[in-house]
Order: sequence, then structure tokens, then C-alpha cells
Amino acid sequence: MAKVPVQFTLNGAEKAEFVDSGTTLLHALRDKIGDTSPKGGCHQGTCGACSVIIDGELRLSCLTLAETCNGATITTTSGLSEGGVLHPLQRAFLDAFATQCGFCTPGMIMAARVLLDHTPNPSRDEVVEALSGNICRCTGYEPIIQAVLTAARSNSQHAA
Amino acid sequence: MALALQTFSTVKDADAALKADGARYLGGGTLVVRATNEGDVSLLSFVRSTEPSLSTIAVSGGKIRLGASVTMAAIARHPDLSTLSPAARAVGGPAIRNMATVGGNLFAPAPYGDFTVALLALDATVSTDGGDQPLETFLAKRDDSRAIVTSVDFTLPKGGGFCFLKVSRVKPKGVSVLSIAAVLEQAADGTVSTARIALGCMADRPMRAKAAEKALLGRRLTKDGIAPALAAVGEGTSPITDPIASAWYRAQVLPVHLGRLLLGQVAGMETKA
Amino acid sequence: MELRKNYFADQRKDDLHEIGQPRPRSDSPGHVTGKTAYFADRNFPGMLHLKMVRSPHHHARIRSIDTSEAEKHPGVVKILTAKDVPHNVYTILILIQIGPEDETVLADGKVRWKGEAVVAVLAESERAAQEAAAKVKVDYEVLPAVFDMEEALKPGAPIVNEYHGQNHYLYDSGECRKVRFGDVEAGFASADHVLEQSYQSSPIEHAPTETTGCVVAPEGNDRFTCYTNTQAMFFTLDNTSIILQMPGSKLHFVGGTVGGGFGGKVDVIVEPIAILGAKLTGRPVCFVYSREEEMQISSPRAAEKVVIKDGVMKDGRIVARKVTGYTDAGAYSRHSPYGAQKGAGHYPGPYTIPNVWIDTYCVYTNRTPSSAMRGFGVTIGDFALEVQMDKLARLIGLDPLEFRFINAYRDGDMKAHRQPTEGAALIECMQEASRAANWPVAEKYLAMSSYAKGA
Repeated sequence: MAKVPVQFTLNGAEKAEFVDSGTTLLHALRDKIGDTSPKGGCHQGTCGACSVIIDGELRLSCLTLAETCNGATITTTSGLSEGGVLHPLQRAFLDAFATQCGFCTPGMIMAARVLLDHTPNPSRDEVVEALSGNICRCTGYEPIIQAVLTAARSNSQHAA
Repeated sequence: MALALQTFSTVKDADAALKADGARYLGGGTLVVRATNEGDVSLLSFVRSTEPSLSTIAVSGGKIRLGASVTMAAIARHPDLSTLSPAARAVGGPAIRNMATVGGNLFAPAPYGDFTVALLALDATVSTDGGDQPLETFLAKRDDSRAIVTSVDFTLPKGGGFCFLKVSRVKPKGVSVLSIAAVLEQAADGTVSTARIALGCMADRPMRAKAAEKALLGRRLTKDGIAPALAAVGEGTSPITDPIASAWYRAQVLPVHLGRLLLGQVAGMETKA
Repeated sequence: MELRKNYFADQRKDDLHEIGQPRPRSDSPGHVTGKTAYFADRNFPGMLHLKMVRSPHHHARIRSIDTSEAEKHPGVVKILTAKDVPHNVYTILILIQIGPEDETVLADGKVRWKGEAVVAVLAESERAAQEAAAKVKVDYEVLPAVFDMEEALKPGAPIVNEYHGQNHYLYDSGECRKVRFGDVEAGFASADHVLEQSYQSSPIEHAPTETTGCVVAPEGNDRFTCYTNTQAMFFTLDNTSIILQMPGSKLHFVGGTVGGGFGGKVDVIVEPIAILGAKLTGRPVCFVYSREEEMQISSPRAAEKVVIKDGVMKDGRIVARKVTGYTDAGAYSRHSPYGAQKGAGHYPGPYTIPNVWIDTYCVYTNRTPSSAMRGFGVTIGDFALEVQMDKLARLIGLDPLEFRFINAYRDGDMKAHRQPTEGAALIECMQEASRAANWPVAEKYLAMSSYAKGA
């Protein structure tokens, strides 16, 4: 069984692993590197629970082969808080009761993070569009949308 | 057999590797990695090419060339492709659009493949290292296709003659109930002089609605004018049945949505998403 | 959110410290940081992956099973068939004495629904397990199948489940659960109008974002830790103990963190076979449903059919209600006999009706076994009842909300199943709904109270 090297920056830290060729990034992150914040919900590209940010773009780690990420910069939800301080998005999700079972939460936060990186003051429609690839089955979309809008407002207050 | 990924710098070498049993081309991964995730053990290896032309968008006058690895997101944000943006945005959510490619969309089984519906209405040409062929011909034989698609070429109609509609039950977006793309040209008197209409979910792959196209010629885009086209649009279709909708339902709503799309055009709406 | 404190003000204290106060959820910090540990977040060295060979037929006799090719496949560690399961025929509600045992952990001689588990393959990787599963050869003799409840109940229909002997659950009350109250035929005879309507629903899948699964780790002392997303921890532990003929003290279940359940994770499906695999190999085992399995294999809400016949007076009083309910259990009981029974108690709805007759059947068909889902047994019934209420109101020319006030149950009313009503709040809910939805009703309905009649 051919093992191939993969090397990338994960949440600011250099990571190098040998994985089976054809291994998904989701599998490599969760089972090799030990970052279990991306979740495997459907492995089909439908639910968005495995969303991560690769070189600034939102991607589904379940459909991305690990070896295609060599040299990439990857961000996951577990890398969002710094020094024990929650990222404004995490704070907003917490305060707005935007989690229920929590399984979709890391993917939702990734999708929201990419949105706010490009669009610091999104409209409600832009938030809905940005989250449209992420499924929440506890049907908590409204608090999630509100949390993203709240995080955007708190970001702009910090910037001001 | 364990899976393997083989990466080649040229399409030619990748084409050669693709001849092996169980080899599938890896574009954005949204079809083939999904297949292996679900346990498709007939798929033995992924092949891909990193040739730069595959990821290039070339715009020259009204002529467009989309490399096969160009993503839906790249089309959606390209300043010269705003006409196509609704069709590119109709595919998946943001993450899928960052991955899903033009080439992959040509192979997506219904209810997927909405962008190909747009390309079919645009009368696109599909290129491989072996030569070019009309998209309609390519789609008919796509299951046997072994050569890597390198690009898709088409001409954008002038003056907002292209319109696109995807119907889904989940808002803001979900899997297609159906999708429709149309390229219409009107004579000075307002009658339709050219019509190309493509449908998604009305067969296992995108198809042209030729009877409806014919019925539109010489007609005005009014409620009465389009009535024969709406009556004919179901001709030759065999809609899919899936958890989204039954074939019966899709057949029932097809003329309704085609009517809305065609009349929306009259109201000056270039595109509807 | 606005709390309307004027209702039942005498029943509530407002000086409470916790109730009525917002409190942060204790699990949220884990969720937003990605630290919450779901079962699949446990990874053990040497963990095996379990894949199930499933029936491609709705109903078939198994002539033979040949695992020889699969056993030779690289990476395969163990293959399990029915003979490996100590107590292979089980039923989950046996814990509360609702039998008979009617379901196989792994199919033995017969399959009764498309997707039924037949052979379990344990291998070093998911891929190896999938490849080996494709090499298991099962020879089936396809049998006639029945998918429709009314067809299943007809004489001569194919028998779905021999452990029952007929295509319905046999209650101690006979072929169905029965509620008899007053004289329903006399009620219809005295009614100004009689309306009979039938309602039906399809199965509904919960589709949790996290699929059903578990990870089992042998502890090296004959004890097994099972990390699971079951919604029914001790229920699963006790049933596993029966199936594996293993004392509960050998089983350590860790769970409670569920990535969406909605009732879809209360069956005992993945844990017993995964623990058995861990026991027989001495290795950790992961058994998790693919998305397709979650959609096709995990039990949905039952399909139901509800036939409602009502006798109603011109003044709005419902004087008789007869309901026949059918719950499609699929091939096995699971929670459906209980669901159908719940329906029997529930069908009069939140209305006081003097003459009631209810029969509810739990029917077996060759469909995916159904089970619990959010209010199962009553949810579809409520849909049917409330559509029926609207139709009745239209029939006699009454406002649909006022029609419900006229029939609403109130404290002290005797329910059809002989339980006196207490703590009713329907009147008050409708009064508030009338205001909130700007759907005016006559003043006399706004003056009503759940406390007493004639108020």
C-alpha cells in the first residue's frame, strides 16, 4: 500500500504525515493529525460539516484528497480561538444559542469565517447564501444567521 | 486494491494513465471522491493533470474558452462572465463551487449538472486532445468517454439573449427539481428568430427541447405567443424520479417554469436564478 | 420572546432563580471550538472497520452464504454471520415485556426487507472492508413481497414475519389496540352530519447530520467500552447484554453526545455487532453508517393511514368519533407496537367527545423497519385530526377556531381512555393564538377557561 507524504500548515503549525494515496483530507486531519473539529456528516459534499479553509477558500475536506494539499495553508474551527480567547464568531455562536447538537457548528463557523474575511459587513441575504452549503438538521438556522450578523457587527466595532 | 492518485503535468500523460482499468479523472472531486467515499470499489485510481491551460478562462470578444478545471466560483466572479454567473452560482454551496469544475459538471448525473444545461443552450463545443465535438454529441456518449476534456468553447449571445432558471424546493438553494437555460434572438418586430432551450432533470443528463424551440420561432414572447412552445416542451423528455420530485411532478411543472422564464425575459430580466 | 403571564398566574411563582432565566448551554463552548467529542472522534490504534453486506431483495430465502473469497481478501480480519451471534433473534421492547422476539441481528435463512444486514465484514481499512463485502456471495430465492398495509392485512398475503405468524402485531386486546367509550353508533345516528375521511403519510427519515454509529474498544479484561451516539444508552446496553449473552457489567457505554437524533437513534443496531466484532478479534472496531445507509437503512417514522369518521351537530358539538389507524412497522416491530398503541390513546385529540371508538393496527410489510421519531404514533394522527377538524367546521359553516373552542377538553372532562383531564391549557393557547394571529373569535370564547365548564 503506497504511502505518500503530505505537508501543510494547519492553524499556523507545520504538519507532515504519511498517508495512503487517495486518502481524503478529512481522514488525514481527523485520524492522522488528530484535529477532529471537521466532522464527517455525509462524505458526499451535501452537508458541509467537514468544511475547512484551504488557502483562503472554503472547501469540503471529505472530497479533497490530502495529497493535493501539499504546501497549503489550512484553517479549521479548532484553530480559531487564540490563547483561550474565543474568536468573535465562536463568541457569537455561543451567546446566540446558535448550537444545538453541535455537529454542524464547526462547518458553519468555517463558512461564516470565509464570508466575513471577504465581506466584513454582510447583508442577511449574503449570510444565508454563505451558509447555503451547510445543513443544520436541528433547524437552528435563524440563530446561526443572527450569530454571524452579530459577529460581523462586533468585528466592525473593534475595527472602528 | 488500495486507491492511488497519479498527478501528471500534461494532459497527454494523464490521458495515457486514464486508460488503465478502474482509473477515473479527478477534477474537483465532487463526483469521483464521493463515489469512493460511498464504497465504489470499481474505482481503483484517480488521475489528474496540472496543465495550466486547464484552469484558464479565455475571453476574446464574445468568444469564451473555459478550461475544464475552471471552477464554478471562478466563473461566478469573472467580470466578463456575469451572464453566466447565475448558472455557476446555481451549483452547490460556496464550498462546492470552489471545487466543482466545468469538466466535471459535464459528467454530473441528473439532478446535478445545472451548469451543463446552460452550456447546452449556448451550443458549446467540448474539446479533448482527440478533437472537438458539439456538447450535445458529447453528452450522448459521455458514459464511454475516456479522453480528458480540456476545454469548453462557446459564444456569449449579445444583448441579454441568455436566460437561466434553476428550480429547487430548498431556499436559497437546493438540488434541482429542474433547470432551464435558453438562448433567444428576436427580430426587429419582436418575433423569435433563433431559439435554443436546454433542460435539466428531464432525462438522466441535460437535453435540448427541440420541439419547444421550433414552436417558438416566429412567435412573440407573450402569454399567447409562447403557448405552443409550452405545450411542446415535454416532447421527448423522460424526467427523473428521485427524493426531490417524481417524474410526474417534474413533467407537470416544466411548462409552468418555462413560461415564467420566457415571460420574465419580456419584462427585461436578463437572468433569473 | 414575550411571556404571557396572565394565564394560570395562580399556578406559578415568579421569584425563581433558574426557571425563566436565560442560561448558557453547558455544551456550547465545546461545540463552537470543535472540542466536543462525538463517538467518531475516538480513534484507537489498530481499529478495524465494519461494513455490512445487505440484502438486495425485499423478501427472500437465503439458500447459502459463501464468504470464502471475502475471507482471503487482503486486510480482512473477521467475517461474521448469524451463527456467530449468541442470541441472534431479539426485539428491543422485550425489556418491557413486549414480545415476541422477531428480528435477527444478522439474517438467518431469510431476509424481510431490502437492506437487511446479512454478513458483517471486519477489515483493517474501510476500503478493504468494502472490497471484501463485494466478494461475499449470498444465494437468494426471491419471495413475493408486500408493501401496502391494506394488502398485507388481506387473507392470503405473503407472511412477512413468521415470529408473528400474521401481518399484524397481536395485542392482549386482539388484532388491534381498542378504545371504546359511550355508544359511537348511537352518536352517529343522532348527529346532524357524518363525515368520513381517510388520511395517509409516507415514511419520514430523520436525516441527522451525524450518521448512526459506534466505536468499541476492548479493555483487555473482558470488558468493552462502547462509544456510541445512541439516544437510548441503557436500553441499548441491556439489549446488547441479551444479544451477546454477556453480563451488563462487562459493557461500558459512553455517550450522550449525539449529532442529531430526533428519535432515529433509539434502535439497537450498530452496538451489539460492533462489540461482538471487538470481542472475537480483540481489536477496537468502528461501525458507522454511510449517508446512504442512514437514509435507506436506519428506521424512519412509520407510514400511517388514518380513517376518521365523525358525527357533528349543527351547533358545533362533535358527538361521535370513530378512528381506525394503521402503523406500518415494516418488517420488524422495534418501537412500532408502542407507537400504534400511543395512537389509540391519542386519537380523540384534545377534544371532549362523548362517544368514541378507536382501533389501531401495527402492520408488518416488507419495508424498512420503522421506529421512533418525534412524537411518533401521534404526529401523523394530529395532522389527520386537525385537517378533519377544519373540514368539519367548513361542513357546518363554523369558524374553525371557534369550532375548536366548542369541543376543547377542559379539566375534569373524562377522556375516551378513562383518564380524567387535568392541567388542560388548550383554551388558553387558542385564546392567545387568536390574539397573536389576529384571528378574532367571539367574546364568549375569550371568556372561557380550562378550569371548568360553563365558565
